[in-house]
Amino acid sequence: MPTTMENWNPGKKQERYPNVPYAEKERLFLEVKSDPRYEDFLYGCYECGICVSACPSARFYDYSPRVIAQAMAREDIERIYEIMVEDIWNCAQCFSCVRCPRGNNPGGLVTLLREVAVRNGLQETREVLKGYSRVIYKVMLKGNQVSPDMLQPDFFPDWGPWVQQFSANMPVWRRAIPVDTLRGVTDAAWRVDSKTLRELYTIWFETGNMEIIKEVDEGLYDLLVEVMEEELEEG
Amino acid sequence: MTTAVEQILERKAQAVVRDPAQAPAHDIREALFELEAKGEIIVQRVPEPYVEVTTKFGRTKKIPIEHTWHHKSCGQCGHIPGYSSSIFWLHRQFGLDYLDPTDQTSCTGWNYYASATSNAVAQAAVMVRNFAAAYETGYFPLIHCGTSYGHYKEVREQLVHHKELRDEVRRVLDKLGKPLVLPEEIVHYSEWVHVMRHKIAERQVVEMKMLTATVHPACHYYKIVVEDAIYDPEIYGGQRIATITALLETLGINVADYSTWFDCCGFGFRHILVQRDFTRSFAVLRKIETMKNEVNPDLTVTHDTGCVTTLDKSQFAAKAHERKVGIPVLSDAQVAALAMGAHPFRVLQLHWHSTDWRPMMEKLGIDWQKYWDEFEQDLEAIRKGSKKGITWEDADQPVVFTRSA
Repeated sequence: MPTTMENWNPGKKQERYPNVPYAEKERLFLEVKSDPRYEDFLYGCYECGICVSACPSARFYDYSPRVIAQAMAREDIERIYEIMVEDIWNCAQCFSCVRCPRGNNPGGLVTLLREVAVRNGLQETREVLKGYSRVIYKVMLKGNQVSPDMLQPDFFPDWGPWVQQFSANMPVWRRAIPVDTLRGVTDAAWRVDSKTLRELYTIWFETGNMEIIKEVDEGLYDLLVEVMEEELEEG
Repeated sequence: MTTAVEQILERKAQAVVRDPAQAPAHDIREALFELEAKGEIIVQRVPEPYVEVTTKFGRTKKIPIEHTWHHKSCGQCGHIPGYSSSIFWLHRQFGLDYLDPTDQTSCTGWNYYASATSNAVAQAAVMVRNFAAAYETGYFPLIHCGTSYGHYKEVREQLVHHKELRDEVRRVLDKLGKPLVLPEEIVHYSEWVHVMRHKIAERQVVEMKMLTATVHPACHYYKIVVEDAIYDPEIYGGQRIATITALLETLGINVADYSTWFDCCGFGFRHILVQRDFTRSFAVLRKIETMKNEVNPDLTVTHDTGCVTTLDKSQFAAKAHERKVGIPVLSDAQVAALAMGAHPFRVLQLHWHSTDWRPMMEKLGIDWQKYWDEFEQDLEAIRKGSKKGITWEDADQPVVFTRSA
């Protein structure tokens, strides 16, 4: 049976979001397509499915990098919007899909779709990222991520009794590390110069990154801006 | 079998030796030097001494031995410090000149791949700020994390191919008073371990031939910008990356193959923090249980922060579901350091690992309890204030291991 627009992606109904105007869906797609990296990531898909066989997310979710590459190549506006709302946060960003024989990068396409979803404050994206705020806070402010003081039993109960042992002994265990930049540091992964942090804050402001944070979490944005502006003024 | 099939099997049985003239990907370094000649960027050269290795399509890559600026990993330093301290300890054992900077930020790739709360300019500016900081010291960047390494390779491609991105990054760097510098090579620490493996083996004091290990290669090491990763016809016939495996074989460890070698560990960046059912399911079902069922290794070895974290920390919850788990996870640097007599707790910091490493240590004949008791005395001294912390003075000297009973 020949593939048609109606039957090429069975299981996914078209127009699942009729309340969102087509013009808005098209605007979002065009924002993705206008990214300079778009042409680096998409050359056209002949549906071999190699990406799906390599994809870890495809094993557990109703998720397919092939469908993403196909939808983008066909410029299927409705399907792409569904992907932005329902699928993009399942991607593990491992880039196993880059074994594509056409040289496509479905993981890269997901990155672009995510950036557009975040920039435009899509409600589903905000919901997905709610649990991630403390990590964003740490990376923006400290230039590090998952610092020792975040390793608490209530956040990592599934990491085993090790977490309880660690959190009970954190200050001592951190002083028992011979690496000079790590020893004794608990609020970051390593000791970072104040000047370096001010340079990082300048990057966040100059590149529009703070505006991205504002779309995701306005409370987090206010907190970050207050601290960063104070540090930049002191510097 | 037909003649054609026989010919195909015969060809596949040979080690792959690729002709760089036939490489399907461009040589990014040529593009870097062209941009430098136009005055657009500065290319920081790999310092001598260096060793040349071959990459996927037969090109050579320079790996610096010393004068390195250690671009640390946020995950390693935050919750697997033995990974980082082992890398430094190895450098110190060979008396190599290096710099451990405080003028360094995370690549922020973990955040970028998890939440996309960033953009191409910000990611590139963070990278180049770090590279400029290294350049200003005269030391060459050595990247500790697999994701930093893969991400920086990806960003390097973007900077080379997109002038508007370069111009925007240059504008940001001008505000910081920093030049737009890219290193001649982007080098992962496991590539340094790879070229040092024979020297490491010369100083090996722990016999390891009784161990069987599986290797988990980091996706971001070899799946991003595939042409820039070490391949060697003598390792897996040049069909898979040579890093990690070459080291383990040089140390006498039996490296066992398993059917899901190419699979991701399941880290997922965002998933391991806020969607962990995916991460631990994938890590256990596709990696750990498969290794256990097929080869039952004494340990699994990898070369990336996320992979060590995922494979190590996913096993506890799976054990509660009676899955077949229990393989300790170490980085190649930790294995190399242990082989050379690094203290299991002052240097390897094994107490930060969740999956039980004791059976592996006992199989090596190391009386780990003795060294834990010694380390506990260090901790007690720190608690009482009679010791500020553990320094390299405490940790540099290799241990002459007491055999367990």
